Amino acid sequence: MESTIIKSVGYNAYFGDNHVVKNVNMEIARNKAIAVMGPSGCGKTTFLRGINRMHELIPGATANGQILLDGEDVLEMHPIFVRLKIGMVFQRPNPFPNLSIYDNVIAGYLLNGIKLPKSEKDIIVEKSLTKVALWNEVKDSLVKKGSFLSGGQQQRLCIARAVAMEPEVLLFDEPTSALDPISTSTVEDLFHELKRNYTLIIVTHNMQQAARVSDLTAFFYMGELVEYDDTKVMFTNPKDTRTQNYITGRFS
Amino acid sequence: MNSSIDNPLITRSENLERVINYNAKSEVSVKTKNSIKRSHRQIKTEVVFRRTLSVIGWLMIALVIGILLTLIWQSMPSIKKYGFSYVWTQVWNPTASVVNPEVFGALPFLFGTLLTSFLALLISIPFSLAVAIFLGEYYPEGWFSNLLMNTVELIASIPSVIYGFWGLAVIIPILGKSIMTSSLILAVMIIPYAASLGRSMIRMVPANLKEAAYSLGSTRYEVIRSVIIPYVKSGLFAGVLLSLGRALGETMAVTMVIGNNNSFPKSIFSTGNTLASMIALELPEATDDTHISALVELGLILFVVTVVINLIGRKIISRYSNV
Ligand SMILES: Nc1ncnc2c1ncn2[C@@H]1O[C@H](COP(=O)(O)OP(=O)(O)O)[C@@H](O)[C@H]1O
Ligand SMILES: [Mg+2]
Repeated sequence: MESTIIKSVGYNAYFGDNHVVKNVNMEIARNKAIAVMGPSGCGKTTFLRGINRMHELIPGATANGQILLDGEDVLEMHPIFVRLKIGMVFQRPNPFPNLSIYDNVIAGYLLNGIKLPKSEKDIIVEKSLTKVALWNEVKDSLVKKGSFLSGGQQQRLCIARAVAMEPEVLLFDEPTSALDPISTSTVEDLFHELKRNYTLIIVTHNMQQAARVSDLTAFFYMGELVEYDDTKVMFTNPKDTRTQNYITGRFS
Repeated sequence: MNSSIDNPLITRSENLERVINYNAKSEVSVKTKNSIKRSHRQIKTEVVFRRTLSVIGWLMIALVIGILLTLIWQSMPSIKKYGFSYVWTQVWNPTASVVNPEVFGALPFLFGTLLTSFLALLISIPFSLAVAIFLGEYYPEGWFSNLLMNTVELIASIPSVIYGFWGLAVIIPILGKSIMTSSLILAVMIIPYAASLGRSMIRMVPANLKEAAYSLGSTRYEVIRSVIIPYVKSGLFAGVLLSLGRALGETMAVTMVIGNNNSFPKSIFSTGNTLASMIALELPEATDDTHISALVELGLILFVVTVVINLIGRKIISRYSNV
């Protein structure tokens, strides 16, 4: 029996008067990878950032409806607690340039003023870097600045940074669109591993990627959730003509 | 031709016809030829223009060097007479008598200048930092931010004699004339310099770094403290140095409220004098050559101190903006 971790109920998001995400109802089961697809400007990023309350950081941005995390409405929670439970990885790798690789991994603890004994920090760093398959590559240069790494390594460092906070859900906004093909496939491989411990919601432009990494796929069009189903079904037998058109490449 | 095209009495289709006819005439090629001839002249203009610019540029540099040389030249009698001891001597006595010989020492004023300026800096930093953070990160938009930004910029444009007057009217009744009084006024006057530089530096902090911190559950305060301030700290420091440069040279407001006492100040609440206010007060009255030369040497010291502080500030800013 699958348990629901996130449930969006009549969720709307706005930039000022611009209604960008429209009445989204969507249920996400624990330990699944969900791909979110759709033409550019259809509200994928906005919806994703709504889930961990990042949306409202933009001046004039508002939202209503419900996003339930384990039955609790994140719109009613303090955003800080929401973001601790729902981590995020951005389109461009954004490690903190002034911090070492080591400190980048535990950046969440450092920023939030959580003091940990050295031994515990060591464990968190090793565990998190191992989870993103970066430990072997950087274990001898942990004191180096995070900006020394390649783009793909930086992105994995950012995933490790999110993982280090032990969230329940990880949000990815086109996490490989700034990476080369080899780094992309390394990150894609990670998704299969990460799924065991976390629920993944991955916005992607790339249909092959969605097909490769996700269990379920959501298709957004002009702010609406048009169709949401098993990835196999979505790619082989979509019900909505807009989904069909998108998948067959009639618009992008 | 153009004016008839623009003439509103001519209908659009007529207009179009005129344009077509005009373009069809061979006159066009003549015009083009003329414009090619003109372009040679334009090149000449360009050369003259560029030379004028560089001459003016060199003139500015010569001017500053000239000022420095004048200062050195005119200070020479005093420099020859007192040497380095001038900087360390605590007595300033331009009127020779049997018991008190004529002697000039810059220390009380150098100390007065540095003390008033650093004190002003200490007082102003919390305010300029707060304004910079408020306008740069917390509330970059909205009517209140606009009001605050314009007000802070206005502070920089108020003539200093007005600050001097305000000091006389408001602070002196409470504190009397003193170093502290000057520092309070200076503190207000220099807030805009560090605040506006700090604000623009804070705005340059990449949004994706701030978002990374927010996504890890940081509060705004934590983002400001741990992401923004470390990112802009050298820029903030440079802003502080530039406002220090401003404070060091401020003359009018300080002269009005510092008490103009030539002896070495005993505390921040005693009267004193600064390099700038000494020059402003005594130079117009001075007749004795050594006296005049000693006053000019005060100016030379002020010049050097201010230039060095500004150079350091600019160096930091340029290194910072290259990163
Ligand atoms: N910061 C913003 N301010 C105002 N409007 C925005 C902002 N970001 C996105 N939008 C608008 O919201 C809509 C959805 O954008 P987004 O969620 O980024 O789309 P996607 O990620 O699917 O490409 C677009 O029409 C875009 O113009
Ligand atoms: Mg997007």
